[in-house]
Amino acid sequence: MIEIRFAGFGGQGVLTTGMVCATAGMDLGKNVTWYPSYGSQMRGGTANCSVKFDDKAIASPFLKNVDILCAMNTPSVDSFQGELKPGAVMFVDSGVVPEDYPVRDDIKVVRVPVNEIAHKAGNPRGANLVMLGAMAAHTDIFTVDEIVKAVEKFFKKKGIDNPKNLECLKLGAEC
Amino acid sequence: MAEVRLPKRIMNSGGWCQGCGHGVVVRLIAEVLDELGVADKAIAVEDVACGSMSMSGVLNCDAIMAAHGRPIPVANGAKGARPDSIVYAHLGDGSAYSIGSAELVHTALRGDNMTVIVVNNTVYGMTGGQMAPTTLPAEKTASSPKGKDADRYGVLNVVDLIGKLNATYIARGEIYDVASTAKTKAMIKKAFQNQIDNKGFSLVEVLAPCPTNLHMTPVQCKEFVHTEATKFFPLGEFVDK
Amino acid sequence: MAEKVLMKGNEALAEAALRAGSRFYSGYPITPQTEILEYLSTRMAEVGGFFVQAESELCGINMVFGAAAAGARAFTTSSGPGYSLKQEGISYLAANDLPAVIIDVMRIGSGLGDIFMGQGDYWQLTRGGGHGDYRTIVLAPNSVQENVETVQLAFDLAEKYLHPVIIASDAGIGQMMEPVELPDFKDHDINKFDWAVRGCKEDEPMRACQNIYYAKHSTDYPEYLTKKYNDIEENEQRWESYQVEDAEVVLVAYGSSSRVAKDTVDTAREQGFKLGLIRPITLWPFPKKAFAEAKAAKAFCTVEVNILGQMVDDVKLATEGKFPVGFAGNFFAIPDPDEIIATAKALLK
Repeated sequence: MIEIRFAGFGGQGVLTTGMVCATAGMDLGKNVTWYPSYGSQMRGGTANCSVKFDDKAIASPFLKNVDILCAMNTPSVDSFQGELKPGAVMFVDSGVVPEDYPVRDDIKVVRVPVNEIAHKAGNPRGANLVMLGAMAAHTDIFTVDEIVKAVEKFFKKKGIDNPKNLECLKLGAEC
Repeated sequence: MAEVRLPKRIMNSGGWCQGCGHGVVVRLIAEVLDELGVADKAIAVEDVACGSMSMSGVLNCDAIMAAHGRPIPVANGAKGARPDSIVYAHLGDGSAYSIGSAELVHTALRGDNMTVIVVNNTVYGMTGGQMAPTTLPAEKTASSPKGKDADRYGVLNVVDLIGKLNATYIARGEIYDVASTAKTKAMIKKAFQNQIDNKGFSLVEVLAPCPTNLHMTPVQCKEFVHTEATKFFPLGEFVDK
Repeated sequence: MAEKVLMKGNEALAEAALRAGSRFYSGYPITPQTEILEYLSTRMAEVGGFFVQAESELCGINMVFGAAAAGARAFTTSSGPGYSLKQEGISYLAANDLPAVIIDVMRIGSGLGDIFMGQGDYWQLTRGGGHGDYRTIVLAPNSVQENVETVQLAFDLAEKYLHPVIIASDAGIGQMMEPVELPDFKDHDINKFDWAVRGCKEDEPMRACQNIYYAKHSTDYPEYLTKKYNDIEENEQRWESYQVEDAEVVLVAYGSSSRVAKDTVDTAREQGFKLGLIRPITLWPFPKKAFAEAKAAKAFCTVEVNILGQMVDDVKLATEGKFPVGFAGNFFAIPDPDEIIATAKALLK
């Protein structure tokens, strides 16, 4: 069982990132669930979603022992690093989470300047894809190739053809 | 000698009280459906109250009995399911203007293509003559035995309520005599013609007597409606797009 | 076989209803079912159906009543507080022998309660909910895939018995995305039932949609109704049994909590504790027949996301009061397997 939380401000695409991730898992033949925050949880402009992967049937879509956290802002670090299990990986946007920001010492922190990279790539809305690329590179839930394929398929289905999306993903994977 | 004949779709007289206006209104609807050639595809939606007696061997027309206050959304549902049918809601003033007022307002706001015939007799009939939003000031009813306190309850005129929304046609007639009944029939006809022409929401309110609940003779009640009720509910076509 | 797509439970319900031949929807926004309304606001037009965002749940259910009377496969959706408002119309649908599907994506609590995942409406769902002598068939799917299959079944049962059918979903299933295979489109013939109003010719008898007691059964209404409900109870009990036969304690859970309960059975058995699970798929009729399998059971325990253990009484009735019936419940979340195991073990003392 792999438990992943994506969190950030509304509009940063964290729900979509989770969906792409879950789609990738589905394409790999795994059981997956995706669960969003909604209603009053969304007030204050924060959003998050939970993704689970498993070879067995997944009982609950809710998270308990989180393996991976993608935190796109500091409130997300504050809210969700507590639920990570020891040895978990937390990805943060190094552009908004300062280097001396208090984080747990029993987890691995991967700092990625996702917004900066996305801006440089000419795709400012692609920060979440940079994060996803980094996640593929630093964990073994899927390979970079697998996530590239999943993202291609995901956007193709939505009728979006933006090569810069894939570029963001690949740049993230190099971080 | 004049020939007396029933409109094609009228099977028999109904079980309404002596002097009640509902039977006249149902007859006018039957004549209009026949004259417009749409009786074969007409669906009547009746409020559970007095009007629904038309379903008991009076009007030969497919019909649905809706919960009190809900004939308008029920008619809307039937029309949505069968857009080619001609659907009308036949209900009283309590149903349309009190318990069903939200549904009336929003159907008029959406301008949904349907016909609504409201029989306004200033009182709740089926439950035994209680005060309605249309009860006149000082009018005595079972729940306003000393006369309606209009300062507290007001008097609701449907034109004030939905006149500025998106209705295509709003008119009020009476069935006092042959001439006024003929005028009312013309209004009902227009309200159905609008639906046939897909023009939107049409409502005709018919002022009608309820002698039983107003404790009057049929003639007294008819005069009351003609002289008193019309002071608060003037006759005419108020919206005609 | 169709390709799997990742889909939200609520949207899967909506799409499945269209594929089951429904072309009529009227609803009102309320969390956590609003995605159904949003999805259909554009999707219904693509399949040539009727969609309206109604001014209230009352209007929504009464439009469905009119559409059902006209022969359409009509449905509406809501949650908790909004589902309460629909009771008037559901009682009328039942009284008029009209088929329709109503979906309640449950949340928690009475009054406002809260919008989070819950199973707060069991009592209302299984006892009729509105006024008068009626109950409705209630189906409780526990995955996005089962949502899809349940919608088709719900319309079929509604038409088989000429009766409203409720789908008891919950926010856990409704908000969740899971891979799902969608069925092919089926057509619905709006004229398939002669009773459906459509307009009658001059020499034809009128169709009157009204209380079935007025319309057809003025003298034998009690017999007619009793038979109808007995038939449903006899024929339509549905459930899933998991490791029940040798279980010392049998969990009883539906919807979201049944998934965790199943997982709990595995965990307990790894620890040497023989748990089993009966998952009611029909909440009414309650699957009493399922309990005959529980030959080794010494106790039963419901797993629910509410405070008072709303299903406990039904389990006591199904087991004729012969066994202790516990309740592992939680207001804001599905109970953890550890918690469920502890509650189940305590029942053996």
